[in-house]
Amino acid sequence: MKDMLTPYVTEDGRQIGEVLMDMHNITLRFGGVEAIKDISFNIQEGEIRAIIGPNGAGKSSMLNVISGFYNPQEGEVWFRGAKRPPMKPYQVARLGIARTFQNIALFEGMSVLDNVMTGRLNHMDASLFSQALWRGRAEREETENREAVEKVIDFLEIQAIRKTPVGRLPYGLKKRVELARALAAEPKLLLLDEPMAGMNVEEKEDMSRFILDVNDEFGTTIALIEHDMGVVMDLSDRVIVMDYGRKIGDGTPDEVRNNQEVIDAYLGVSHD
Amino acid sequence: MLYREAGDFKTSYEADSQTFPIAFDRYRIWVVLAFAYLVVPFVINDYWANAILVPFLIYAIAAIGLNILTGYCGQVSLGTGGFMAVGAYASYKLMTAFPDVSIVIHIILAGGITAVVGAVFGLPSLRIKGFYLAVATLAAQFFLVWLFNKVAWFYNYSASGQINAPERTVLGIAVTGPNTEAWAQYLISLVFVTACAIIARNLTRGSLGRTWMSIRDMDIAAEIIGVNPLKAKLTAFAVSSFFIGISGALFFTVYLGAVEVGEAFGIQKSFLVLFMIIIGGLGSIFGSFAGAAFLVFLPVVLKVIGVDLLGWPTDLVAHFQLVIVGALIMFFLIKEPHGLAQIWRLIKEKLRLWPFPY
Amino acid sequence: MSSDFLYGIEVIINGLMAGVLYALVALGFVLIFKASGIFNYAQGVMALFAALTLVGIMEGDVPFSYLINAIFGTEIYNFGWTVPVLLAIALTLVVMVIFAWAVQQFVFRHLVGQEPIILFMATIGLAYFLEGVGDLMWGSDIKTLALGLPQGGSRWVEDMTVGLGGDDFYGFFIDKLDMVATVVAIVLVAGLILFAQYTKQGRAMRAVADDHQAALSVGISLNFIWVLVWSLAGLVALVAGVMWGAKSGVQFSLSLIALKALPVLMLGGFTSIPGAIVGGLIIGVGEKLFEFLIGPMVGGATENWFAYVLALLFLVFRPQGLFGEKIIERV
Repeated sequence: MKDMLTPYVTEDGRQIGEVLMDMHNITLRFGGVEAIKDISFNIQEGEIRAIIGPNGAGKSSMLNVISGFYNPQEGEVWFRGAKRPPMKPYQVARLGIARTFQNIALFEGMSVLDNVMTGRLNHMDASLFSQALWRGRAEREETENREAVEKVIDFLEIQAIRKTPVGRLPYGLKKRVELARALAAEPKLLLLDEPMAGMNVEEKEDMSRFILDVNDEFGTTIALIEHDMGVVMDLSDRVIVMDYGRKIGDGTPDEVRNNQEVIDAYLGVSHD
Repeated sequence: MLYREAGDFKTSYEADSQTFPIAFDRYRIWVVLAFAYLVVPFVINDYWANAILVPFLIYAIAAIGLNILTGYCGQVSLGTGGFMAVGAYASYKLMTAFPDVSIVIHIILAGGITAVVGAVFGLPSLRIKGFYLAVATLAAQFFLVWLFNKVAWFYNYSASGQINAPERTVLGIAVTGPNTEAWAQYLISLVFVTACAIIARNLTRGSLGRTWMSIRDMDIAAEIIGVNPLKAKLTAFAVSSFFIGISGALFFTVYLGAVEVGEAFGIQKSFLVLFMIIIGGLGSIFGSFAGAAFLVFLPVVLKVIGVDLLGWPTDLVAHFQLVIVGALIMFFLIKEPHGLAQIWRLIKEKLRLWPFPY
Repeated sequence: MSSDFLYGIEVIINGLMAGVLYALVALGFVLIFKASGIFNYAQGVMALFAALTLVGIMEGDVPFSYLINAIFGTEIYNFGWTVPVLLAIALTLVVMVIFAWAVQQFVFRHLVGQEPIILFMATIGLAYFLEGVGDLMWGSDIKTLALGLPQGGSRWVEDMTVGLGGDDFYGFFIDKLDMVATVVAIVLVAGLILFAQYTKQGRAMRAVADDHQAALSVGISLNFIWVLVWSLAGLVALVAGVMWGAKSGVQFSLSLIALKALPVLMLGGFTSIPGAIVGGLIIGVGEKLFEFLIGPMVGGATENWFAYVLALLFLVFRPQGLFGEKIIERV
């Protein structure tokens, strides 16, 4: 396994930097069940890191640990060179980590525009009084953030639906709006939980293009869970493979593809 | 044809997010405000003020308050009556302790005090959700009513347990007490309503409003994208209680003049305001007005029909009121759970296209 | 033993009996909630309506007489007959079943799949509606429910226990009516539990409570079960209405007693039958004890709010109640 912890430049000219997120010996238990068993891996700045594995391997749980929704019983999470103490999910968001969800978690009562604007919450801190009077800071902030959000809307090509209530949108567009909301936060680390789930070939191509563009244009580090092997192999710089809560592979797509343990896990060879 | 958006392009984000994007609406609201401020005070009489307009305006404020908490932020509260009581008693204590300060200041301060109380009683919302929270707010309701009944300090040790609003004036014109004229009661309520509506509108269309709605729609996702649930929920309780407290203070000082806490601010009040926002439309400022108007007008209309037209005894009509209000609640929930506001929105959409069918 | 301590025991016994009645009312809520996800705020008014109807039937009153007289200018009030108690109870039960059917048919069938808050609001509307109808049918003045049940303190209990204390202890004062109510409530609760566990309909009811789709797929008619459940709740309401009505007269405040069931449910969890029972007992004893011990220091009438505060505190530490299902939130 090549140990690429130093910055380098990929074949297509992207900058991969220092280690951004480092998971040390994470163990996560729910009651008696160990969802994650002693897993360590890292994510470098600017790379696209895929987390793959059979169903029930613990991938979503791992994402939840990264975004602070679950606190692991053992192990440490290091972000940007500093140990991250156990914190509430909204504090993790403030650090610059944004995510999308496996089963869409949009705010169905609000329009697309409002949903994406919620992604900017960490950039808006006008006081209550300022907002109540809609003067000064509040109004300016609203307009500034609206501009930032419109850039994201343009980028993801969802201008036409910006005033539509989200509940009325088809599945594929909802996924895109969720991505927009995460992007609006201008995150350092973007976590995508099965972004291609339930999409047809065209939609997958669009989504893949967006993911690559996000990484390319904004330099956002991306960690994604995905089942579609083609997507994983094409998009990612490095891959980590999980099975039954353990790490069974970690490296470039090619290394992982040829790893016997990984092949066994997917083909269902029985363990003892 | 007359009511349209075609050709009316917004050239700035500020223009796009204004309250009344359609030009016709903007003119309409100015007309309504002009009528309310410049015409009504000259033609209003005691009956219209006391039976209809003043209670409508005051309940509208309470409805806006509860709508913020329940309609925008999704926290069901059955404590509205109790919080109105806080506003009323706070204003009473302030007025009797500082008789030289303007009543307007007292009412605003009473709102502030209610905001603090509301935030405190809102603390359980961090652990308890949905029904459980609604029932927990009942604890606030019953406890507060009991408190204002039992602790004599609140009613200045009067023997009757009732509180009476002392006479006060604004700009030299009486607004409380027996010498108050109908138009003065009406105007001061109108001023408060206008201010409250503007503030509520500003808060709900900005980042705070979105924060609240995100909690209502999916609070876990909201937390993960950066919303601090503690701050957001307590702010909702505080802002909501601020409005409800003002409403309670006005209800006591300007409208009733004298209040006994069990009758005026019991659980029936909490249900009444809740019905207003359901029928009017959850999550809508307009809906708060519509619901308040509906539930103030309805008993009056029924009474006019029942007692004046049909000659029935008043208690019979009162029973009918219960039947009809109950039936209407169920009807609205079945047919249009988003209330009158949604019906209004649909009408406007049809009007936008008129004379084309779609 | 000191007489203060003995009075404390008496308070606890009375609390337990009150608790049994609370549990009974709470059971009505649990039944409907388990089967349909609806929190039936109208349960209390149903108790009032059932009691009103019972009295009306027994005394031969003409329903809607006040309204009829107002419209037609007539002076009819009474049919002139009286109906024996057991027959009247049976007839009232029929009325409650009709009510259950009507509620399902006209209201809740149209609200299937709505959010819980909407359903809850609908039951509040139903409560108002039913209260108005009850008033229109039978009038809103206080009625006495003369069922021939024993009243007053039980001399037998007093005599048996007077020896426990010193000279100034007069024996436990336990109201005979309360004892009868307790027995009836226990019988009813046991009956409902047996019904739910061992009969075909009971099993179907539990299936519906678990999963609507799955129940449909094995051929259970949701409509029938919901009517059944509302009828059972009506039965519970009738018993509760009778018990309380016999004690304090049939009047509006009866409907507020059901509001008391809410803290019981908060404690016991909204979906648990044993929870309703345990919760009822805890609230019953808790409130009476608190009033006995602390009430005199704060001016009394703490029973107005204590149950809610107790349940609230409980919920803060255990949001699903004692027996409720743990709410696991997933993303």
